[in-house]
Amino acid sequence: MQLFPCPFCGTRDETEFRFLGEADAPRPVGGAAAPIADWTRYLYFHRNRKGRVAEIWSHAPCGETFRMERDNVTHVVIGSASLRKESAR
Amino acid sequence: MSKRYSALALAVEGLRGHTGWRPVWRFPKPQPAYDAVIVGGGGHGLAAAYYLAKLHGIRRIAVLEKGWLGGGNTGRNTTVVRSNYFYPESVALYDLALRLYEGLSRDLNYNIMLSQRGIINVAHSDAEMEICARLANAMQINGVDAELFGPEQVRRVAPALNFDPQARYPVFGGVWHQRGGTARHDGVAWGYARAADALGVDVIQNCAVEDFLIEGGECKGVVTAAGTIRAERVGLAAASHSATLAAKAGFELPTRVYTLQAMVSEPVKPVLDTVVLTLGTGTYVSQSDKGELVFGGGLDRITSFAQRGNPPAHEFIVAGLLDAFPGFGQLKLMRQWAGVVDVVPDSSPLIGPSPVPGLFLNCGWGTGGFKAIPAGGWLLAHLLAKGEHHPISRPFDLDRFARGALIDEAAGSGIAH
Repeated sequence: MQLFPCPFCGTRDETEFRFLGEADAPRPVGGAAAPIADWTRYLYFHRNRKGRVAEIWSHAPCGETFRMERDNVTHVVIGSASLRKESAR
Repeated sequence: MSKRYSALALAVEGLRGHTGWRPVWRFPKPQPAYDAVIVGGGGHGLAAAYYLAKLHGIRRIAVLEKGWLGGGNTGRNTTVVRSNYFYPESVALYDLALRLYEGLSRDLNYNIMLSQRGIINVAHSDAEMEICARLANAMQINGVDAELFGPEQVRRVAPALNFDPQARYPVFGGVWHQRGGTARHDGVAWGYARAADALGVDVIQNCAVEDFLIEGGECKGVVTAAGTIRAERVGLAAASHSATLAAKAGFELPTRVYTLQAMVSEPVKPVLDTVVLTLGTGTYVSQSDKGELVFGGGLDRITSFAQRGNPPAHEFIVAGLLDAFPGFGQLKLMRQWAGVVDVVPDSSPLIGPSPVPGLFLNCGWGTGGFKAIPAGGWLLAHLLAKGEHHPISRPFDLDRFARGALIDEAAGSGIAH
């Protein structure tokens, strides 16, 4: 069982976490006015880097949504950080 | 050059102590230029090379494989072939594959050990039976064999299942697909490699493609560890690594890369002569000719390029098997392994031109690439020869995401892919 670091709860089993997507994939601005290509890319396309990646994960029991950096070949976790505004201060 | 296989050749070799067998493909050095280069020496890449040479008369073809032939997902799947899909587009694709599989041993002069033993999707409630009826009806309308089974008919094709009405996943019935079954996965890769080699295709192993040669915005070849190889057209059939290679060519794919596990038990006497998939847990199982139970289930939940599975998914798959077949709990697990699969949001593949002219895609098969090998290869060969879609591959173009024309088989056929 792999352990992931929740910024709020600490280290927990991998089964408690949910993968939400790659980090740094900004939502198109402008709603329906944004180009279809931007929405298509945002909704469906991914970078799929091999090795060190930054991803958005959620910890189901506490609801914390956070950014985690890890290596997707060795499964080594490099670090995690909350996305809450107060933690950025 | 390899000799033709036959019962007579086998008998003659038997009398000579099997001293006359020779390697069945060459180990050529890459040439500086080809008409077509195919990246990936798994089933799809080798099949594409074979059909390109055989049906389209193109002779200067190379298949570049970074490891050994069929060493990726082609050699890591659970060998199941079937065409029990919901949408007409999918049926046209997967039934083309199954029909080609049905004639493949003869076509390649290589025994791929196709065994159309039938596959049963087992349902556990009245609601699931309604979904099964919907799938069976869709399959029949699309011209694929399907039969809605009640519990007694399921008992006839899989008597070892748990028929206790108090079971966590009781058997209410299911969809029977007689033409589904298994084939020897290594044999498919080797058979295509041997037949392609005999047509003059250079099958080159231990030759990793590192980048593409882009001139004037068009793909003009590949860059490998062994140097640059020019090509009029390039086909990309590298499964999960298609996405990392696409990044080199400057575009992204709508895939996510996950681990998919499979495992085998110790060999036992014949106990299961069909393929069983239980809808409740997604576990599927068949018994190999050696007697091992070959089984797998859903994806690991963590995106990964690691080619090894994590314990939670492993445990879930084993638990699913033991729910369906409590008697298998006495068996020891012999081997467990994993492949890295590229999953598309609609669980359908990506076949067609890439955003870079001259570079064509055959990837995104996710968890179901093996059953589609002959069709994927056949359609990629058509793309490489004609530069445009065959009608069967058109719906699977990358443009379906911008158009919203997804072919959502995960929802349609409601089964693991």
